[in-house]
Amino acid sequence: MSLRELITHSRGLPASGDGPVFAEPWQAEAFAMAVALHDRGLFTWEEWAATLSGKLKHPGALDDASDYYSCWLEALESLIASKNVADSHDIDQLAAAWQRAAHATPHGQPIRLENDPDRS
Amino acid sequence: MPHDHDDHHHDNELDPMAARVRALETILTEKGLIDPQAIDVIVDTYETKVGPRNGAKVVAKAWSDPEYADWLKRDATAAIESLSYTGRQGEHMQAVFNTPDTHNLVVCTLCSCYPWSVLGLPPVWYKSPPYRSKAVIDPRGVLVEFDLFLPDTTRIRVWDSTAELRYLVVPMRPEGSEGLSEEQLARLVTRDSMIGTGLALAPEAA
Repeated sequence: MSLRELITHSRGLPASGDGPVFAEPWQAEAFAMAVALHDRGLFTWEEWAATLSGKLKHPGALDDASDYYSCWLEALESLIASKNVADSHDIDQLAAAWQRAAHATPHGQPIRLENDPDRS
Repeated sequence: MPHDHDDHHHDNELDPMAARVRALETILTEKGLIDPQAIDVIVDTYETKVGPRNGAKVVAKAWSDPEYADWLKRDATAAIESLSYTGRQGEHMQAVFNTPDTHNLVVCTLCSCYPWSVLGLPPVWYKSPPYRSKAVIDPRGVLVEFDLFLPDTTRIRVWDSTAELRYLVVPMRPEGSEGLSEEQLARLVTRDSMIGTGLALAPEAA
């Protein structure tokens, strides 16, 4: 998408002029977790900006910035790993558990990690 | 924020990104590093409470009150905080004033540093690689994409934001806005005019 198309698209958004801030709930949560961890002092905002910048510079970065929050999440995971809070293996395992739990949860009910059939 | 997955009719599915975010939330909550309720509050704040209306009030006040404008020029961080718009990342603010000779344009070439406290979260185009790369190389060309054509005699100054320093453009007060109240003036101040990719609206257009 060209810059002009992106601008036109953003102008076509609701009359508030601000448009939806997040495309999907997980983006909002990933955003808020970074803000909360910074508030708590896990990292400085300079560290955050440098890490996010590194992720955004990946080859094949999309011109329409639709991968922005994927990069945001990668940056978050990478800082969490470098601060020895959790590594990507821990996150992979737990993410898979959440997906199994979701699959095992009847539609319309809240998804709980306890619903993971492989939970030990 | 609800986790709706109504597009799936049988089982619930979490897409990989949503599942990773849930996993992170679980780990961080268990370790006592985040509080899920605080996360909801942050989301709500940025979705509904913080936005360009804050910045518009700052600009309208600067237009109406020369002393405030002077303070904003000298110490934007304090002048903005006096209106209770406080940055969360400890960043400093600088206000850059447009004049007939100089038009200011803000970008973050590094990532997407943006004055959240006064403008909310950035629009998609601000985060896009074409804007981030072109704004510095060809600012006049970028403004054309926004249908903003400035006289050749107007110099364009580009400000590259960082994690420590964010910029707020104070657009020129539009002609014909004499006698308007601060509240009426604030309605003339668009988000884009405070990034520098637009101008303040003329009173009849607002």
